[in-house]
Amino acid sequence: MELSGAEILIKCLQAEKVEYVFGYPGGSVLFIYDELFKQTKIKHVLVRHEQGATHAADGYSRSSRKIGVALVTSGPGVTNAVTGIATAYMDSIPMVIISGQVPTHAIGLDAFQECDAVGITRPCVKHNFLVKDVKDLALTMKKAFYLATTGRPGPVLVDIPKDVTTAKCKFEYPETITMRSYNPVVKGHPGQIKKAMQLLLEAKRPMVYAGGGVILSEAAAQLTKLVRMLGFPCTNTLMGLGGFPATDKHFVGMPGMHGTYEANMAMQNCDVLVAIGARFDDRVIGDPAHFGQVPRKIIHIDIDPSSISKRVKVDVPIVGHVPDVLDDLIKLIEASKQRPEPKALHAWWAQIELWKTKDCLRYDRKSKIIKPQFVLEKLYEITKGDAIVTSDVGQHQMWAAQFYKFDKPRRWINSGGLGTMGFGLPAAMGAQMANPGASVVCVTGEASFQMCIQELSTCKQYRLPIKVVNLNNRYMGMVRQWQQFFHGNRYSESYMDALPDFVKLAESYGHVGIRIDKPADVEPALKEAFKRTDELVFMDFITDQTENVYPMVGGGKGLTEMILAEDL
Amino acid sequence: MRHIISILLENEAGALSRVSGLFSARGYNIESLTVAPTEDASLSRMTIVTSGSGDVIEQITKQLNKLVEVVKVVDLFEAPHIERELMLIKVRATAKERDDMKRMSDIFRGRIIDVSEDTFTIELTGTGQKLDAFIEALGRGVILETARTGACGISRGQRVLRI
Repeated sequence: MELSGAEILIKCLQAEKVEYVFGYPGGSVLFIYDELFKQTKIKHVLVRHEQGATHAADGYSRSSRKIGVALVTSGPGVTNAVTGIATAYMDSIPMVIISGQVPTHAIGLDAFQECDAVGITRPCVKHNFLVKDVKDLALTMKKAFYLATTGRPGPVLVDIPKDVTTAKCKFEYPETITMRSYNPVVKGHPGQIKKAMQLLLEAKRPMVYAGGGVILSEAAAQLTKLVRMLGFPCTNTLMGLGGFPATDKHFVGMPGMHGTYEANMAMQNCDVLVAIGARFDDRVIGDPAHFGQVPRKIIHIDIDPSSISKRVKVDVPIVGHVPDVLDDLIKLIEASKQRPEPKALHAWWAQIELWKTKDCLRYDRKSKIIKPQFVLEKLYEITKGDAIVTSDVGQHQMWAAQFYKFDKPRRWINSGGLGTMGFGLPAAMGAQMANPGASVVCVTGEASFQMCIQELSTCKQYRLPIKVVNLNNRYMGMVRQWQQFFHGNRYSESYMDALPDFVKLAESYGHVGIRIDKPADVEPALKEAFKRTDELVFMDFITDQTENVYPMVGGGKGLTEMILAEDL
Repeated sequence: MRHIISILLENEAGALSRVSGLFSARGYNIESLTVAPTEDASLSRMTIVTSGSGDVIEQITKQLNKLVEVVKVVDLFEAPHIERELMLIKVRATAKERDDMKRMSDIFRGRIIDVSEDTFTIELTGTGQKLDAFIEALGRGVILETARTGACGISRGQRVLRI
């Protein structure tokens, strides 16, 4: 029996066990929507803007091991989705985006709602396809899911012209697939792993630096085992938070621009650094020349060869799937009789403890104005560290990363690479869909939140009981902070004027809104919010306008050139 | 430093733009780029002449390998190799200049492949430097038009680039 392209597409999604599709209909995808209507296996989530669809699919992916799928129409549907696709690409999030396209005979003729979707998205996808013949559709979908989820994951876009959705052919979904041009390395090179083991066992001042690759590849258990068996200090990047338990004694906090003093000092002063699923990002190591001034041996484990020796030269590169490489490494260490020299390790930890006494995250706990850090500490207490926390981008994001102690992977969902304001709420929607019973919190600011505020409507429609923690300082806080530090206090266009009454706004969407402006009310408000397990509660915390994120490494500065709260 | 990178990639629509897009997005140089299908019509071979430090060339080859449609990448500068470029050059050749022009073409082992009352079109292959030298030797005054293919290259001896 022959099926239409639209029917085939739905069958492919079903074969991939897709539960949810986040999307927005339009002319080019009408036949696909018609087929969605006729079935019940796949649930469609109607967002209010295509950016929301891609962020929601992204949050769905990040918070689970499942793959997020977005469906958008041609032209503006695709261009609106680009921000979300680029966000997923920068953080290597597996995702499949299906976009409608004008009919094949109209392509290139400036048809209504036509854009070159494959061209526009090319630099921000792992791969993309334009399906010109219905006979290629099933194989292309198989390839899309395969590419998105294997190797270094990433978003894959499949552009389907309208006439392909009506054309018919026999449907056959391939069970497996091989591509001669795509063969990601899985097993690490045994010789390299042995070299790494020797370096680790001989280290006097070791440091483990783990990134988002640990989360994506499900290597948290292996990482935790390795760190504990060696007794080494460990830091998780912004993307890697939860990869190693933040409450473990070996954890020294996040590194980088707003990392802890001890993490940055240890990164700089260690003699052996093992980077695992991390990429020496500019926000993590600062100026690479400054970072490279100190002699140290670097081991780098990553699935993507192009991440290795990109910004920093490494001594022992190991290309492979992180959990597999760590398994091999752990086995080798277990088999070896040698252990790191306890004396040296003890001295190194003593040094780290000394750095910790700086108490670099301290803030004024007696303040009469709500301090944002205080809200996050309370949020951590009340949720017992077990919520899924999404964030937008800016100061609130950094405070959440610093003050919420993530012990498990896939609990911290943020746009680390692209830094996309507006990410938090739609990502929380996806996370809530993927984890129906979980507490999902969106930590945001009044500026970021307004970038995808329309999704409050989606939250109502699907009864998503997300808790929104809005740290409202009436500024684009991080922009203001940079302007204070580096632009002579000239707060050029970084204020937020004419703000809505967020309580009324939340209420107008049918949600609960609470405004909190006294520190004493923070805890009761949070408790009240989490009691309402079936409602979205928007908490508008009126916070200190002048609070800054410390420590801070200025743009282009060396990792240890930190500005601390006490310096100002 | 100058490098010649040879790439085998799937002969599919859009593959070329992925490669050229990669170079522009990451700020790598392209001195020349040639591409055509190989004896296996499902594969194209692309030759890119680029320049950069060792680190940059390493990143270029890694980034190229990362492209899903790229099957194999080799930097020809890693081993002895041969490079050739084809140039078609149309020169002014009026009665009194014709003998000189013919001689010059012979010296450079060019072939005159089209003749008109006032012009010769000469076909010349060689390294880029040889083609440059020919242009230099003729003098700009007599050159009406040039069309160059950009370099393509192949390893010497037993080394082969195939899947």
